[in-house]
Amino acid sequence: MSFIAPFLNMLWDVAPIIVIIFIFQLLVLKQKLPNAKKVLLGLLLVWIGLTFFILGLEKALFPLGRLMAEQLTSLDFLGKDSLVWSDYYWVYIFAGSIGFATTIAEPSLLAVAIKANQVSGGSVKPWPLRITVAIGVAIGIALGSYRIVVGLPLHYFILIGYLVVIIQTYFAPKQFIALAYDSGGVTTSTVTVPLVAALGLGLASTIEGRSPLIDGFGLIAFASLFPIMSVLAYVQFKHLINK
Amino acid sequence: MNEALRKLADTLLDSVKDLLPIVIVIGFFQIAVLQRSIPDFSSIILGTFYVLIGLTLFISGLKSALFPIGENLAHAFVEKSSLFWLLTFAFALGFSATIAEPALIAVAQKAAQTASTSNLIQNTESAISSYAVTLRLSVAFSVGLAVMIGVFRILKGWPIQWIVIGGYFLVLLTSLVAPDWIIGIAFDSGGVTTSTITVPLVTALGVGLASSIRGRNPLTDGFGMIAICALLPIIAVMIFGILL
Repeated sequence: MSFIAPFLNMLWDVAPIIVIIFIFQLLVLKQKLPNAKKVLLGLLLVWIGLTFFILGLEKALFPLGRLMAEQLTSLDFLGKDSLVWSDYYWVYIFAGSIGFATTIAEPSLLAVAIKANQVSGGSVKPWPLRITVAIGVAIGIALGSYRIVVGLPLHYFILIGYLVVIIQTYFAPKQFIALAYDSGGVTTSTVTVPLVAALGLGLASTIEGRSPLIDGFGLIAFASLFPIMSVLAYVQFKHLINK
Repeated sequence: MNEALRKLADTLLDSVKDLLPIVIVIGFFQIAVLQRSIPDFSSIILGTFYVLIGLTLFISGLKSALFPIGENLAHAFVEKSSLFWLLTFAFALGFSATIAEPALIAVAQKAAQTASTSNLIQNTESAISSYAVTLRLSVAFSVGLAVMIGVFRILKGWPIQWIVIGGYFLVLLTSLVAPDWIIGIAFDSGGVTTSTITVPLVTALGVGLASSIRGRNPLTDGFGMIAICALLPIIAVMIFGILL
């Protein structure tokens, strides 16, 4: 019975895309829907799938992210009372590992890597590019956790990050720029985002002196910014070698 | 039917690939580093199973219904050569895809919960859900706008880096006046929106458009749409924070 309420709630989330597609298909283009049965079944799957995913999020991904944050920062795990930022090294290693592992396995990144291979005429190989992006995400999430631990303002990091990206853009081979920017967006998958968000909020609420509201968010931003830098650095490096 | 089952199995495999690294990394840390027990273990296992099923059905549905129609529509509007309808469609597509984006639902929920525990908003169910919905509407509106700008950019052939760098400056300017509690959520929402539904639909529109215009390269002009979709929500969410 507990499924019915979330199922109905989710209707509001899937309704806009369904309504808009139907309006444009039937009223603006004035075309019939091809394979109406298959389409309706597919839309039903989208609805049921989203409901289960959101239920699972509450039961598994959010609690897991929070649990890892609590256990990795608990005083009896760390074994001392007065802590400096470097005592939290397991937090950074965990954050980096999650970033690296989820990115390497990300299916949409594979698609980008194959396209990059085509654009470069074969000189940018899919595997090195995937590893480059994964390293970028790993550094991003690890550095983002460090920021939460020490409580520095997010502005500083983002500002410097943007400056680096702008300078890199100036020198990078032009045909890869759009691709590098896009690779920042595709890395944070639907499964990783809730886990990482809960990790950041968990860290900010367990570490003394941090506020979840001000320090807890920002990990996903780091995970999207750093791959841009690592990919631009990689294509720049490739470009210099080929000269 | 066999074909459909095979596709479902492929999607299931992709969902497993998405989840497996998380299970392995957390498992390793639990067993080798932390050596603690996980409370509510059975509930977490059940939840992981829900995520797996949910993601598989969701993506199967997207692939069999939404993506083909979306791509079809994108091509139809590109060929219709009416700028008004093309831009209207671009906005509607970006807006509605973002509303259904699971990662954004997750982050908006967390943002609303955090806002209520920090006494920024009232701790009632209606206050929390209206905060989350307004946040998502701001993001969706800005993604709609971003797709419109992306379409316009491809039509005019403007280089992506000028839009992105100009956008960065706008982001920095807005962040100077935005309250500090919205900054993190704002920057996160940029990475969150470009995900499962939005990326394939928007890329289809961009690549379709770039390949139909002479002198445009689908690979270099078609991409870059996502980058704009990741930028505008940052500004929109900060404005949401300023107005709240």
